[in-house]
Amino acid sequence: MAHPLAHPMAKEKTDVLHGSLAFMVLRTLDTLGPQHGWGIARRIEQISGDALELNQGTLYPALLRLQQMGWIASKWGSSENHRRAKFYSITRAGRKQLAAEAENWERISGILARFRSQAGEAS
Amino acid sequence: MTRLRVLLCRLTGWLRKGSLERDLDEELHFHLQLETAENVRKGMTSAQARTSALRRFGGVAQVKETYREAHGLPAIQLLWQDVRFGFRMMRRSPGLSLLVILCLTLGIGANAAVFSWIEGILLRPFPLVAHQERMMAMAGTNRGVAGLDDLSWPDFVDLQKNCTLFDTFIVDRIMGVTLAIGERAQRTTGSVVSANYFRALGVRPVLGRGFEPGEDFGRNAHPVTVIGYRMWQDRFRGDPGIIGKTQMLNGMPHTIVGVAPEGFYGTFVGWAMQFWVPTSMQERFDPPTYKLEDRGARWIEGFAILKPGVTPAQAQAEISAVAKRLEVDYPATNRGCGIQLFPLWKTPFNNAGALLPTLGIALAVVVSVLLIACANVSNLLLVRAFGRRHEMTVRLAVGAGRGRLLKQLLTEGTILAIISAIGGMAMAHWCRNLLALLLPARAGVTMTLPGELDWRVLALSAGVCLISTLLFGLAPAIQASKIDLVSSLKADSAGVVGGRRRAAARSSLVVVQVALSFVLLVGAALLLESLRGMQNTSPGFSTRGVLTTGIDFRSAGYNAQRIKTFQDELIDRLQGLGGLQSAAFARTTPFSYGSYSSAEIAVDGYETAPDRQLTVEYNEVGPGYLATMGIPVVSGREFTRADNETAPLVAVVNEAMAAQYWRGQDPVGGRLQVKRRWMRVVGVAKMSKYRSLRETPKPFFYVPMRQSALGQALEVRTPLGPETIAKVLAREIHKLDANLAPSEVITMQEQVDRTTAVQRVAVTMLGVFGGLALLLAAIGLYGVMSYTVSQSTRELGLRMALGAGVPHLLRQVMSQGMALTAGGLALGAVASVALTRLIVGMLYGVTPRDPLAFGVAFVAMTMAAGIACFLPAWRAARTDPVRALRD
Repeated sequence: MAHPLAHPMAKEKTDVLHGSLAFMVLRTLDTLGPQHGWGIARRIEQISGDALELNQGTLYPALLRLQQMGWIASKWGSSENHRRAKFYSITRAGRKQLAAEAENWERISGILARFRSQAGEAS
Repeated sequence: MTRLRVLLCRLTGWLRKGSLERDLDEELHFHLQLETAENVRKGMTSAQARTSALRRFGGVAQVKETYREAHGLPAIQLLWQDVRFGFRMMRRSPGLSLLVILCLTLGIGANAAVFSWIEGILLRPFPLVAHQERMMAMAGTNRGVAGLDDLSWPDFVDLQKNCTLFDTFIVDRIMGVTLAIGERAQRTTGSVVSANYFRALGVRPVLGRGFEPGEDFGRNAHPVTVIGYRMWQDRFRGDPGIIGKTQMLNGMPHTIVGVAPEGFYGTFVGWAMQFWVPTSMQERFDPPTYKLEDRGARWIEGFAILKPGVTPAQAQAEISAVAKRLEVDYPATNRGCGIQLFPLWKTPFNNAGALLPTLGIALAVVVSVLLIACANVSNLLLVRAFGRRHEMTVRLAVGAGRGRLLKQLLTEGTILAIISAIGGMAMAHWCRNLLALLLPARAGVTMTLPGELDWRVLALSAGVCLISTLLFGLAPAIQASKIDLVSSLKADSAGVVGGRRRAAARSSLVVVQVALSFVLLVGAALLLESLRGMQNTSPGFSTRGVLTTGIDFRSAGYNAQRIKTFQDELIDRLQGLGGLQSAAFARTTPFSYGSYSSAEIAVDGYETAPDRQLTVEYNEVGPGYLATMGIPVVSGREFTRADNETAPLVAVVNEAMAAQYWRGQDPVGGRLQVKRRWMRVVGVAKMSKYRSLRETPKPFFYVPMRQSALGQALEVRTPLGPETIAKVLAREIHKLDANLAPSEVITMQEQVDRTTAVQRVAVTMLGVFGGLALLLAAIGLYGVMSYTVSQSTRELGLRMALGAGVPHLLRQVMSQGMALTAGGLALGAVASVALTRLIVGMLYGVTPRDPLAFGVAFVAMTMAAGIACFLPAWRAARTDPVRALRD
């Protein structure tokens, strides 16, 4: 039997892989600087080329958890259209975590890539 | 470190949850607005844009729920929420909640009370005594038969010397004592104990000392006593200088050397000792002979304290080996004599053994009641859960997990259980002395049968509470978690009478309740019949108009001659008084704890089978005893004063003895040999009972006291009450000797009743709880039937509209309820047949399968069920069809 990952994707959009949302949020904040929730959601969808089915709502509990871990901080501020909005920014601990996660994902995608090529040979 | 940080965040989050909630609302609102605006920019209509934004976002409510769980302390928070919600639910249906709490309080309270009795009376009967778990009661056996024999002091000393698996052995011999207080003499209870008693038990006197090793030895050499705390408080008003003062005990001054601590009552289950004396004082308190050098004199009741880790079997093996050696070494006194250890709760020589079956029954009964109560509560909660189905469905729909719902329902159950448990503990606390109240009081004896609400009982009760919570809470919870979202949301399906799977759980609960109640009712009926049978049984002597008491001559130091003179003088004085018809002394009063003499006999012309010994019991009685007791003489005469030491030996036999040994011929004039002395039979007494109402007729005879052993029991025939006679007796006795006092004066009825006390306690308990169970089962049945009816109003209305008459509907609903009842009765009958065998030892005149008892239980249960079913059926029959169909 072929590895499930070797199959062509049944759906065009894929679910957010477990644990990867934190990485994406941290990367977004690191690149763009302070953002409100909607901005982060848009950015993630943009980067993924709208190929990622992000249930936007799940972002908020994730943001809370990241705050609790001390990797991001939040502050109420004023948005482009002068509405009150909550802005999230990455902290120093967050940057450290980002580096660690980047390395981790690198490794995982490397491993997965190797599986991919192996599966390709087999079929 | 991070974890601590998260915890802190959550804690602050929990504390500021109001403002966080508002922030989140605002944030989400903002998000949706931006998304909608973006969609509009993409060219959607504003309605489309909003819908799309919401779809993109996912469930707002779910997000909020996860957010909430993440930002606070979820466990505590959810629990708190559940608890608050539980209380709200309770308040919403106060009647039902009250009923549930009442049922559970009764169930848990009754269990806790019985646990506390078992703990306080059977398992740890001796307050303040250390190592009760290693303590075993010790008694002698005769040819393997236990319970009637005690130990001798020389044997006891050999045990101490030769056993290695025991920490120590103690002697504890209870006795009645005449206490002289100033001019008055008073009876009380104390104990002869070995000198190691207080040390071995780990009981330290609050004043003075315990006994010293040397005080075990020397004939009457150490007149010292340790007094009980209550005696110190009541009689000596807590005098701090009491040590060294003397107290007259049995006519001899004793030096008070110590005061026992408060709450220590000695080691005799049920009775509180007032003082203790060392073994060397045996002769003074357990007359008439000095027994410390006599291996054949078995008078010691005692306890063994095992070394830690020694099992009862090992202990028994060692003690049996020592007893075997004693048999070989001293065949004359010890042949056939063994020593047996008993767990404290089986102690043969105090009230533990007598109460054991009662407490066993009590335990079975309260467990049944708890089960019934749980079934009932479960039923009530099921009904409520069904009513809350909509709420549950909605909660599931808006994102609550099924586990969350289960937790919620179990929390609600736990709240009910905890409230009930608190109520139950209060109930057990009030009931802890109830047992002593149910048992008859005795003068001179302070009854203590306290329940112990110690941590073990509390832990066990908590366990019971937990198990019952699971029992009654789980069924509704499981049912709730099985809710099918779609179909439940669509509609409340209209009910149909019967044919409903969901009802199966409730119905089987009702069947179990009916069955359990039936068993209890059968038990109660059987015991009640036995008791009635016993009360209707004539003991063969007058129970009315005869009083019994005693005078302890020996402990007052009387010798045989003084006793005889005193007895004659007293009888003469009493006969001369108005209101007293007759009075007589005897050695043993029927139905007392004291044992009768027994002897091997021979009868002229009666051939004994060589392997059978003819041992017959007899009583030594004074002149006029039979007339005083109201035992008719069917032939010949009874004893007179002329039957004295110098006259020819005579005896009176009973009818059973006449029938067995003289084969129906009149034995008057015949000869009887007792202890190698031939006596002439001068009369035949009518049959009577000697020890208990339950005994079967047996041969028995009487001999004159003057020609045998002197007795101290006094029977008085008079129409006056015991209080009056007690005063008269005290006055008359005091005139003859100020040092003597009569013991408790009671009617013979009372004397007989005391032997049936245990049965009466059992009947009371089974009656009360049987009735309670019946009530609970009826409530359960009623609940199920009314619920079924209320759920099927539409169907009933339809039937009525189609022409079904009132009788038809009544019949239909009733038949369903009665079918459940019938199932329960069948199950109960099977269970009863199996279970009633367990109480066969308490039955009298009925078999455990007595049809009357089963019939009574059947009728009672059916009637209760009929009423419980009729009310809802009647309501069903009065359904307004138009209304039912419209709703």
